[in-house]
Formats: sequence, C-alpha cells, structure tokens
Amino acid sequence: MIEITSMNDMWLTLLLTLDATLRLSTPLVLAAMAGLFSERSGVVDIGLEGKMLAACFASATIAHFTGSPWLALLAAVAVSLGLALVHGFATITHKGDQIVSGVALNILVSGLTIILGLTWFRQGGQTPALTGEGRFVTLDLPGSELLHSVPLLGPLYKELISGHNILVYLAFALVPLVWWVLFRTRFGLRLRAVGENPKAVDTAGISVNALRYKAVMIGGVLCGIAGTYIAIAHNAQFTRDMTAGAGYIALAALIFGKWRPLTVLVACLLFGFLQAFAMRIEGVDLPVIGSIPVQIIEAVPYILTVILLAGFIGKAIPPKAVGRPYVKER
Amino acid sequence: MSRDTRLAWINGLLLPLMNILTAFAATAILFLLINVNPIEAAKTLLYGAFGYGEGIGYTFYYTTNFIFTGLAVAIAFHAGLFNIGGEGQAYIGGLGAGLVVFMLFPGLSPWLMIPASIFGAMLFGGIWAMAPGYLQAYRGSHIVITTIMFNFLAATLMVYLLVKVLREPGKMTPQSVLFPDNAWLPFVHDVLPAFGIEMERSPLNLSIVLALVMAVLVWFFLWQTRWGYAIRATGRNASAAVYAGISQKKIIMVAMCISGALAGLVGINELLGYHHRIIMNFHIGYGFGGIAVALMGRNHPFGIVIAALLFGTLYQGGAELAFEWSNISRDIVVVMQGLVILFCGALEYMYKPWLVRWLAPVKEVQA
Repeated sequence: MIEITSMNDMWLTLLLTLDATLRLSTPLVLAAMAGLFSERSGVVDIGLEGKMLAACFASATIAHFTGSPWLALLAAVAVSLGLALVHGFATITHKGDQIVSGVALNILVSGLTIILGLTWFRQGGQTPALTGEGRFVTLDLPGSELLHSVPLLGPLYKELISGHNILVYLAFALVPLVWWVLFRTRFGLRLRAVGENPKAVDTAGISVNALRYKAVMIGGVLCGIAGTYIAIAHNAQFTRDMTAGAGYIALAALIFGKWRPLTVLVACLLFGFLQAFAMRIEGVDLPVIGSIPVQIIEAVPYILTVILLAGFIGKAIPPKAVGRPYVKER
Repeated sequence: MSRDTRLAWINGLLLPLMNILTAFAATAILFLLINVNPIEAAKTLLYGAFGYGEGIGYTFYYTTNFIFTGLAVAIAFHAGLFNIGGEGQAYIGGLGAGLVVFMLFPGLSPWLMIPASIFGAMLFGGIWAMAPGYLQAYRGSHIVITTIMFNFLAATLMVYLLVKVLREPGKMTPQSVLFPDNAWLPFVHDVLPAFGIEMERSPLNLSIVLALVMAVLVWFFLWQTRWGYAIRATGRNASAAVYAGISQKKIIMVAMCISGALAGLVGINELLGYHHRIIMNFHIGYGFGGIAVALMGRNHPFGIVIAALLFGTLYQGGAELAFEWSNISRDIVVVMQGLVILFCGALEYMYKPWLVRWLAPVKEVQA
C-alpha cells in the first residue's frame, strides 16, 4: 500500500480542485463561445443565460421521457436555437434593441420553465431526478487504472484528465475549432468584418443579415449544449433558475478574454477555478490568512470584469459595431 | 387627416396598444397550452387582486414596488441609458434604510427616524447606480454590463453582511434584528380608521403615498426643470445635446443617481413598511419587473403608475391562481413580464411597416 504523505495529499487536493475547475468551466466555455460568435457579428447576447436555462429544462424533460441523453441534447439544441431565432427576428429583422430583447428572453424563460415544469411534472417546477439512464456518464480514459500507481502523473491522469463526460471534452476541443473558424476561414473573416464595419461587408455584396443570423444561430446551438451539460451531465434534473448566473459569468469571461477564443478560455478557466476554490475553502481555516468569506471569492469575477471594463487593467475593446442594428441605406 | 397626424396616431397609440395586446394574446395562448381556461383564469386573478380587502392591500403593496422600479428604469431610459441594475440598487437601498435605523439612537422620534431612513435608502441605491454611471461616463465601460455585475456584487455583499455581520445573535436565519417600532412606516389599515374608513389588515403601508409623490416629482423634474430637459435632450440626441452645452458625463451621473435612488425605495416599502428588519432577497424580481413597467408605461410617470398597478394586480392575482390550479404559480407573472418586454420593447416596431402601409401610405407625387 502506498503511504499517504502530506505531499501526496496536497497534490491530490490540488488535482481535485482543478478537476472541479474543469467541470465548472465547461458551461462557461460553451456559453462564452456562443457569445463570441454573436458579439463578433455585432449582436450583443445578454440572453445566454435564458437560452441555457431553456436548454436545461428541455434536456432534463426529454431525458426523463426517453432515457436518451442524445435525444435530450437534440431537443435542448432545438429549443435554444428557437430562442436564438427569436432574438435574431427582433434584433436583426426588426432592428429592435439587442439588450432589451436579451433581457426579455431571460425573464420569459425563467418563468416559463417553472410553469411548464409544474404542468408536466407537478414537482414544484422541477423535473423528476434522472437515474443512471438518460444522463451523460463519465468516461474513464484507457489506462487510468493502470497508470494510477505512477507517482504524480498517475493521479494527474486519473483525476484530472480522465473521468469526465463527453461534453466536457467537447467544450474544450471546441475552442481551437472556434479559433480556426474565426481566424482561418472565409466565413470567420466575414463574421468579424460584419461586427466591425457592416457597411463595408454590405458594399461587398454580402448579406449582413444572413451573416448575423448564422452567428446568432451558432450561439443558439452552443447554448443548447451548455444547458444540456448543466442539467443532465453535471446535475441529474432541472431545478429553478439552475444556471444561477452562468450566462452572465460567461459574458464577463467574454469581455475579460477580449472577444478572443483562447483568452476567453483562460478567463473561463479562471472563473471556474474561483468557483471551485470557493467551494473548497468554505469554512476552512487557511494558514496565515485564516478563513476567507466565500462571498469575497465568489465576487472576484464580477469585480475583475468591472475593473477591466473600466480600463484599469488593460482595455477591453468590443467589436466596433456591436449593439447597433444595421440599417441599409436607400 | 394629414399623413403626419396619422403617423403620430400610429406611433403614439395604435402601435403600443397592439404590442400590449400581442403580449396578452401570447399569455392567453400559454394558458390554453397548459389547459387553463384564460377567461376563468382572468376572473380568478381579478378576484384575488380586488375581491377582498386583504387582496386589495397586497395588490397595492406590490404596485408600490413596481412604481419605484418603473420610475427608476424610465428616468435612465430618458437619458438614453439602460439601467438593468434596479435589482441590486433595490437590495442595497434596503441595506441603507436599515443601517440608518441601526445607527440612529432607538428612541428618536419617527418624524426624524423615517425620513432619515428614506434618505439612507435613496443614498445607498443612488451610489450603487452612480458607480456604474461614473464608469460609463469617465471610463467608457458599458453601463449594461457594469450594472449586471453590480447586481451580482450586491447579492454576494448582502449574503456576507446578513450571515456574518448583521445577523441577529443566536438565530440561524440570516436576517437582522427587528427595527425599533419608531422606524416602522405606518400601515394603511392603521391610518385609514382615523379618517373613518375601515380596512382589513395587509402589508400595504404609507410607502404607496411616497411612490405617488415620487411619480409626480419625476414628472415635474423631467418636463418642468432645466435638468430634466437636459436629460431628455441627451437621451434623444447626445451629440446635439453636447453642442447645446450639456455635459453628457454629468447627465449620465445625475440620471443614474436618481434612478438608483428611486429603485432603493423598494427597500422602504419592503423593510420599513412590512418586514421591519433587513432580510434576504426581499427585492427579487422588482428590478427586472421595472423594465416591463417602464416599457409598458411608455416611460411616462402616469403610464408607469397604471402599468405598475397592472403588474401589482397580476402579482397578487397570480398567487390566487396558484390556489385554484396546481400547475400555475406566480411565475406566470414573470412570463408576462418577459412577453411585455419582448413585444413592447424589442419588437416595438414589428407592426409599424404594416400599419404605415395600410393607414398612412406614401402618396405617389403627381407629375
């Protein structure tokens, strides 16, 4: 038997905290990438939260009735996409205020999920808890048991890299893909152009509205995956307002990462780590510092975002045309 | 009728009316989808809100909150700002109200105590809104994002204070000690008998008078004073206002400060008026509700009072619905708020091209 030394203990604690970081960052990464597409095309998306929450509800419901996580994912993506289209209809077709539209969707969804939940399940707005079936289960990567006895790296592989569900791997694999699409494809170039100078894109004979619709729809799909992850991979049912501000934190990460995929990923990991850290140190007396109120650590993402936006640590410059509907000149 | 008058009628009356009707129709469809007869539901709702004394009291009690936050959102709208931080400002306003009560000596006359506490609520709410205002005016950060962040900051700050600092000693619930009773705003059911009117007990308190006074003051301020004119000018056309010598920075600060102060008054209605201590989450939903109220009331104090009454009715009536149908809760009001914001706000001009083509077509110029 391996003797447990305090060194090993600390290593394990660190690994478990990082492991929780990955799990908590996953929805942030997905939602932030959704926001990235939308905002890079010039459409502000305050509605990340609402789309995710709707996806949570849809996936938990379908998973309950069919027992299939993949059907649940499909339904969640469809619902989230539908909301994204409403946002597009209001802000792209009808040039409505993008923030007002996002707020409307968030509020609408937070009420609607409860009413539908009450109607279908009569469990106070929740969906029934899922048993093993219907959830995305964790995948043990090959060799994790075999390598376990290797000092340091064994636990690293087993605890941190292996043992997540497929959506976690998907989320992190998505980031380089988003980077590639945005910076190495024609579509990406046009998307970025339409967020900076829609008139130039229009003059080149490319439809501004079509591009923006595409971006908003991609955002809808990604929020659908994020919601599915929260409801039936990270948890096992839908509960009231279960996204708990993740959409807004993703928005903060988007700003903090200055609308670039890789830095946004770092911001998501940082914010995820802060949440994991806050959970771990709750009520624990730390050496030298004593016990830190959890709330202070929870508040760090918001404080950082406010400070960054105010230009005190670097400057976050949004896409130039973000928030402004494009009106074609006649 | 000339084309311009027709257009004015379309913009001023027809369009808003059709938007509200669309939101109502969407709600009715939702009722049908969840197997509730919308007519029956409306009857139950109205009974719950106006059918008995206590219900009426609750209706106006909720209305009071919606007036405060509706006015708060509207005054920012007039300056061209979208304050979605009403939620946090209301929460911090309650903190200000409570802290003033705890700081002053407990034997103080209510005639001093209550105004001081109202001032505290307005000050704290105002500062909580002015900080994002300052960051927008002088540091260029976007007010919407900053106010969202400030909502979360307010929530974490209040959890910390109520759990660690202000919690009543020896109690598990995170709430402060009871206010001394000279800081209690009188209940309407205690005041009315002095005028010979009897009323059932309800949480309705004199804050409603404060709310109506504020509505008048906001009207006066916006349309009868130099500052109000500057705010509206900035909201209409910021660069024109700058050429007219109006400092945009100053306007942002002033508008946000007043907006936050109004939202902070929710704390007076809730804490000084009813709960009589600082509690958790007394503010939930009113800040966002204020957006719907302001949009529905067309940002005019009179419209806001009417819209606030509508949402107060829905809020209280919604509780009654929950007794009758097991699949409805007060969340139906949240759904309605969302629909109102969607159709009266984001999709405000959805019907316009169609209405214009139908009622005020551009005439072909005869050669």
